[in-house]
Amino acid sequence: MMLVWLIVVPFAGGVLAWSLSRAGGRDIASRWVSLIALVIDLFLVAGLWAGYSVRLGTGALSLPGVSLPYGKWFKEFKVPWIPQAGISFHLAMDGLSLLLVTLTLVLGVVSVAASWSEIKDRTGFFHFNLLWTLSGIIGVFLALDLFLFYFFWEMMLVPMYFLIAIWGHERKLYASVKFFIFTQLGGLFMLLSILGLFFIHGGQTGVYTFDYTALLGTAMPPATAFWLMLGFFIAFAVKLPAVPVHSWLPDAHTEAPTAGSVILAGLLLKTGAYGLLRFTVPLFPEASASFAPLAMALGVISILYGAFLAFGQTDLKRLVADTSISHMGFVLLGIYSWNRIALQGTVMQMLCHGISTGMLFVLAGAVQERIHTRDMRRMGRFWEKAPVMGGVGMLFALASLGLPGLGNFIGEFLVLLGAFMASRVMAVIASLGLIVSTVYALWMVQQVFHGEPREDWTLPDFHPREKGISAVMIVLIVWLGLYPQPVINAARPALENLRKVRAAVLMQQQEKGGAEGKGGPNELR
Amino acid sequence: MLQLLWLIPALPFAGFLALSLFGGRMRRPLAAAVGACSVGLSALVSLLVAADFILFSAQDPASRVYTQDLWTWIKIGAFMPGISLYLDALSLVMVLVVTVVSFFIHLYSAQFMEDSEGYSRFFAYMNLFVGSMLVLVLSGNLLLLYLGWEGVGLCSYLLIGFWYRERVNGNAAIKAFVVTRVGDTALAIGLFLLFVKLGSLDIQSVMNSAALRWQTGGVLPTLAAALILGGAVGKSAQLPLQTWLPDAMAGPTPVSALIHAATMVTAGVYLIARTHVLFSLAPAVELAVGIIGAATLFISSMSALVQHDIKRVLAYSTISQIGYMFLALGVGAWSAAIFHLVTHAFFKALLFLGAGAVISGLGGEHDMFRMGGLKGQSPLVFWTFLAGACSLSALPLVTAGFYSKGMILFGAWESRQAGFWLWAAGLVGAFLTSIYTFRMVFLIFFGELKSPMTKKPDLRETVPLVVLAFLAIVGGFIGMPSFLGARPAITGFLSSVLPSSVQMGGQKETELLLETVVSIISLAGIYVAYFFWLAAREYSREIAQSRAGKALGRFLFSGWGFDWLYGKLFVAPYKWAANANKNDVVDLVYSFIAGVNRFFHFGLSLTQTGKVRLYAAAIALGAAITITIAVVFR
Repeated sequence: MMLVWLIVVPFAGGVLAWSLSRAGGRDIASRWVSLIALVIDLFLVAGLWAGYSVRLGTGALSLPGVSLPYGKWFKEFKVPWIPQAGISFHLAMDGLSLLLVTLTLVLGVVSVAASWSEIKDRTGFFHFNLLWTLSGIIGVFLALDLFLFYFFWEMMLVPMYFLIAIWGHERKLYASVKFFIFTQLGGLFMLLSILGLFFIHGGQTGVYTFDYTALLGTAMPPATAFWLMLGFFIAFAVKLPAVPVHSWLPDAHTEAPTAGSVILAGLLLKTGAYGLLRFTVPLFPEASASFAPLAMALGVISILYGAFLAFGQTDLKRLVADTSISHMGFVLLGIYSWNRIALQGTVMQMLCHGISTGMLFVLAGAVQERIHTRDMRRMGRFWEKAPVMGGVGMLFALASLGLPGLGNFIGEFLVLLGAFMASRVMAVIASLGLIVSTVYALWMVQQVFHGEPREDWTLPDFHPREKGISAVMIVLIVWLGLYPQPVINAARPALENLRKVRAAVLMQQQEKGGAEGKGGPNELR
Repeated sequence: MLQLLWLIPALPFAGFLALSLFGGRMRRPLAAAVGACSVGLSALVSLLVAADFILFSAQDPASRVYTQDLWTWIKIGAFMPGISLYLDALSLVMVLVVTVVSFFIHLYSAQFMEDSEGYSRFFAYMNLFVGSMLVLVLSGNLLLLYLGWEGVGLCSYLLIGFWYRERVNGNAAIKAFVVTRVGDTALAIGLFLLFVKLGSLDIQSVMNSAALRWQTGGVLPTLAAALILGGAVGKSAQLPLQTWLPDAMAGPTPVSALIHAATMVTAGVYLIARTHVLFSLAPAVELAVGIIGAATLFISSMSALVQHDIKRVLAYSTISQIGYMFLALGVGAWSAAIFHLVTHAFFKALLFLGAGAVISGLGGEHDMFRMGGLKGQSPLVFWTFLAGACSLSALPLVTAGFYSKGMILFGAWESRQAGFWLWAAGLVGAFLTSIYTFRMVFLIFFGELKSPMTKKPDLRETVPLVVLAFLAIVGGFIGMPSFLGARPAITGFLSSVLPSSVQMGGQKETELLLETVVSIISLAGIYVAYFFWLAAREYSREIAQSRAGKALGRFLFSGWGFDWLYGKLFVAPYKWAANANKNDVVDLVYSFIAGVNRFFHFGLSLTQTGKVRLYAAAIALGAAITITIAVVFR
């Protein structure tokens, strides 16, 4: 039931915030409502953490025959929803979901705080959309019924579209439509695959169900498995995003209001990674194994191409947006390396990218709020007027380039190390990302904070609210950099479960395939 | 006392934290006090630890190593690098040099930076720098070492670009970070390889299992050593990644002293010495280390010869002296390399601080050709600078540089691989070194007085100068060659970590002969400098003015055109391509799809005219085409 509350609280908070403003309430009221809703949710999560720490060990994983009970969930909730179609309201949480839900709520609070003075127009509706997106994201991280998952997947999309289209900047319509078409199209491929899986499983067993745990290990011809896997992969790769389906991202991130950018970069992108981890690879292990070299190559290309794109930008927000492509390339590379170290690195990279890029967007938003431009050619020497802002910008630029001692380094290093075990060549090429990321990060600092002032701006330094956000984010990123072990411990049972399930499915399918069933390439071991 | 080990890096970090959190509200003396005291206390603790360690290890050979595990950093299966410190003779020497020299540089900065803005920020960065370097040398595993390694890279960036208002400073800072990061990336790949092949990143266990499992000259040790070498050449500014160091002069002078003497550039030498087992397993790479050292030594000494900026002379000099250390590493004279590292730290810090005193005394003048006759202006600066210069030029018997350089050249001579050529290169380098060093001395302190020094150093500057001058002279006695006494103390002390591959005993005659040659070369160089830049200036002017001289001068002045080459090869194309691709060529595909859709959209909407005649005509035409198709394909 706890899991339902996690989704319902922001959902209800959103409705309340909107209705308050419709009833003539002041803007500040909807801000406080959102903040309080998210803080309540954060307390719920804190309660879950308190319970989680004592249940660290994995449940014994039993895999008898065809049906694959999925290890032990930390929390589970299941009621029939549309039983005629085999749809249930099935939520479950393990360490991975817990970490990502925590990240969602932290960044949720940050986005509310960051829009406190930025959003003055239709504030109630803004917070309604904000909270519904968050609620959808939490749903995505918890849903274990594929139909429900798709439902949440769409639920986070539409309010996000409004956030960009209504409160965005100059080219908000272009960006929001582009964002919508890309993700919607990707989502449709996934829907086709979900339906395909539903009917194949139903046809074989007579049980028509959308339940993830039941669908695991569905046997099918390799070609079918490949196409179904591809449907999932495309949806998640668009969200991630991976080159070459990345081009919605710079537009959407740049044009979105600050809170929108923080949520897009910090959270929406993670749903893509989460989908690959939870669904694509375990549901289609063999197809994923044969697809792994290509996926890893896409990851490597994203790392380098994203950094290359970032360096060419003159728009501060667009630069930060492009770095996301690069960082999420590490995630893709890590997922398809699929060994213990790479997967831990992936989780780490997801969390740290959420924090570091989220903060950089807050910074870019703060700059834009003050001087009403994002053009770096008009900035320069901001350090002089706003040293706190400069220090924060410097620190998160350094996080972005993967400086040891800050969280992103742990993620990138583990991913590269894990990738090296899977494929030397990929890992070595991906390592070049360390160099190109240095170039764009330092370039950004130079353009904005150092050098000659291009124009004479009145630039007040961070005010207390922004300092508060920065302090929390700095503590988090340094903590993750110097003592990441709690996160690693929390994620371990979940990742081991995913690895075991995948291995079990693989073994079972190979047994069915008899002697001719060949193992996947060793990239995905 | 050994339990206090963690305090050594922790104190500078604490200083950094205090200064970066509250520095803005601190008054200047307080900021300086926090900055200098944190490092000073760290030096004090180091001395205590050293006393304890030396007493211990003298009595008990089993306790030549002390480890301190602070906390688990990452633990995933077999991958478990900890935040753990490792103290042995090698790291102890490094810790002492880093803390002591850095302390005096901090003390000096208290006066030197007095009029500069960002006073507390400066000390914060300096403390972070020292802390990172201490982590680097004390780390027990390669990942933590990598943290310190990147940390010093970061601090060099922050400090080189300290005066952030000038664009050139920012560019120099970015260049330093990016160029060293190229090397760092090689090192990171090396770490992947070592972990995957040997299952650990703990330095000692990596070395042990490498020695057990790998054949000498095999592919894996060669690859691993080459990747580590890649990291080392970046950080230590050796060929082909030396280009960042001359530009690093953009930072305040004490920063140069810190980068060039105690921290940063010596990291590569330390790393190779620390992983010397790997290099012994890869003779090809080891030879490459020596050749890189020799080539760098020659190239940068030549460049030092024609510079006008006093700090750039010293920068090229640093590159070439590190070249010496690489040469020593390349011939397996590990402890000689560390010995030279120590003496170099003393005299190079001294020279930079002296140069700083001269520069600030002349109101920011860097050009040596606009200086002159400063001998009488500030005798203390003159005499201490002279001590540093003598040590750098390896003036026989009385200077530290003589003993360390002599030990390296002796090691090269004795080595089995390419010994003679490396020795000869070292000798040429020694000759060039004393020429450019005394060119500097004669130009600055002798001749006619061009402009008087307006600002004289006070106690905070003179104490470091005197102490470092003392060390630059007597610091060499820890490495007296055998013909003058017993076995060199430094070699003996380090022998528990760094086996000496060169037999030091039994060849006293050779050693004596070699030292004599070095002495003569050194003195000859000083005479050449005297002749061209003091006694007969017109000759050097004539040579410089001749056409060949001008061309050569330009070539050497620019550091052999490496910047130009890299600019054309990497920087310009990357900038151009990134700029050209600003709007993302991939997006064109989607724009094209969108465009096609819009085209048909507009095209078809054009037909929606509301004119019934057109509709009728279209229907008729369509019917006709359909019927034709039906008939033809029936």
